[in-house]
Amino acid sequence: MKMKVYLTYNVENIRLPIIWQLGQSFAIITNIRTADVKENMGLVALELDGAVDVVEEAIRWLESQQVHVEPIEQNMVEG
Amino acid sequence: MTESIVRALKCRECGEEYPVQPTHVCEFCFGPLEVVYDYEKLEGNFTRKLIESRPQNMWRYRELLPIDGEPTVGAENGFTPLVRAERLAAALGVKELYIKNDSVCSPTLSFKDRVVSVALSKAVEFGFTTVACASTGNLAGSVAANAAAAGLESYVFIPHDLEQGKVLGAGIFGTKIIGINGTYDDVNRLCSEVAGKYGWAFVNVNIRPFYAEGSKTYGYEIMEQLGWKAPKHVVVPMASGSLCTKIDKSINEFIKLGLIEDNSTAIYGAQATGCSPISKAVKENTDLIHPVRPDTIAKSLAIGNPADGYYAHRVMRDTGGWAEDVNDEEIVAAMKLLAETEGIFTETAGGVTVGVAKKLIEQGRIPRDESIVLCITGNGLKTQEAIVDAIEKPRIIQSNLKDFDALAAADGVQV
Repeated sequence: MKMKVYLTYNVENIRLPIIWQLGQSFAIITNIRTADVKENMGLVALELDGAVDVVEEAIRWLESQQVHVEPIEQNMVEG
Repeated sequence: MTESIVRALKCRECGEEYPVQPTHVCEFCFGPLEVVYDYEKLEGNFTRKLIESRPQNMWRYRELLPIDGEPTVGAENGFTPLVRAERLAAALGVKELYIKNDSVCSPTLSFKDRVVSVALSKAVEFGFTTVACASTGNLAGSVAANAAAAGLESYVFIPHDLEQGKVLGAGIFGTKIIGINGTYDDVNRLCSEVAGKYGWAFVNVNIRPFYAEGSKTYGYEIMEQLGWKAPKHVVVPMASGSLCTKIDKSINEFIKLGLIEDNSTAIYGAQATGCSPISKAVKENTDLIHPVRPDTIAKSLAIGNPADGYYAHRVMRDTGGWAEDVNDEEIVAAMKLLAETEGIFTETAGGVTVGVAKKLIEQGRIPRDESIVLCITGNGLKTQEAIVDAIEKPRIIQSNLKDFDALAAADGVQV
């Protein structure tokens, strides 16, 4: 499965090599498309490619690192 | 039927173009895709007279919508009233005020019927037989109803703890409703995965570029109903921020096609204070939209990380508009004000629009002597729980005239 997500970093974790760690810890291919750092916030558009359960586990791990993960569509649940 | 003038899907970030297909994200930079048109093909052929000769529904502007043939879903939707709001104008201290009233939009009483009609008509053209969405309210009802009328199968995804009333509003149409356990982020992610895997037409995912275009009809109607003129000021409620950008696009298209003069229309965005990432960015003059966790009674606007926030901000900045937000008490007060002055019962999102307009007028950001249109996008019957404590309870009397006389006298009624 290929999953396109936005990662949002905060001031505490913005300097950590989290995407490198992700690639070391899970059998997934990471592919960065855009990245931006400003005003105490980091934003990365990332594609995760791997088996469904591995991708889902990788996302849970990212969240445990205090990285906010959401689909590239951002909020899909509309009123 | 005039031939479609749709040229392509184009990335709003890097400008890469794609053929017309059910997709929404640029493969290069992951930017959002938008429908672009060859307007020159319409030159001289798309006139006020032609539009006026057509039935009064949103499809009278069909050349500017991304469908190829006749609409197959929601063929009668749209063309809601534009009301000259004299009494509300007096209350707000302005000269020329209008309400574009989509609280009576057919068939499900919200402007979502416009976007869903376009999305589902396009989905049928693409050959989809199942349509879906993730929603907590208006969108769910609209997808369910319009899909039912068109004979399409539909799935609606909701957070598992959504109020029963909102589930009913979609369930009556025979849609399949799936409640998802987990946080809001979990729900978003699962829907993204489902949309990617199942090959359904997810109206606000893979069909999103077409879906969003339906909002333009709201703008076209305002201009036609004003006598082929754009207002000086428009106040728009913002959830994702998409409506803001599409009203701007509708005005620019009508100018480009020579249907109206450029009136330097300023576009203003309205949010609830409990979910105001776009208005905050506008006020702080930053391009970055910081995600928030929504906490407001205006549930239909509760999008914490709005996908079109950046673009909506740009529209407000470029048109000379602004953004504001109002708290829950102000929202309820504004709903009552609109109801008591104009007889229009809007949902909480409409209270946000009226409340913000009031604030912007008081701040002097919207002048009192120029034309103003307020965008009312949904019906109050859908959010009754928000106002139940704010409405006066009935006074109970015995069934005799003496008791009523006493009550009338207390009210100062003269016989």
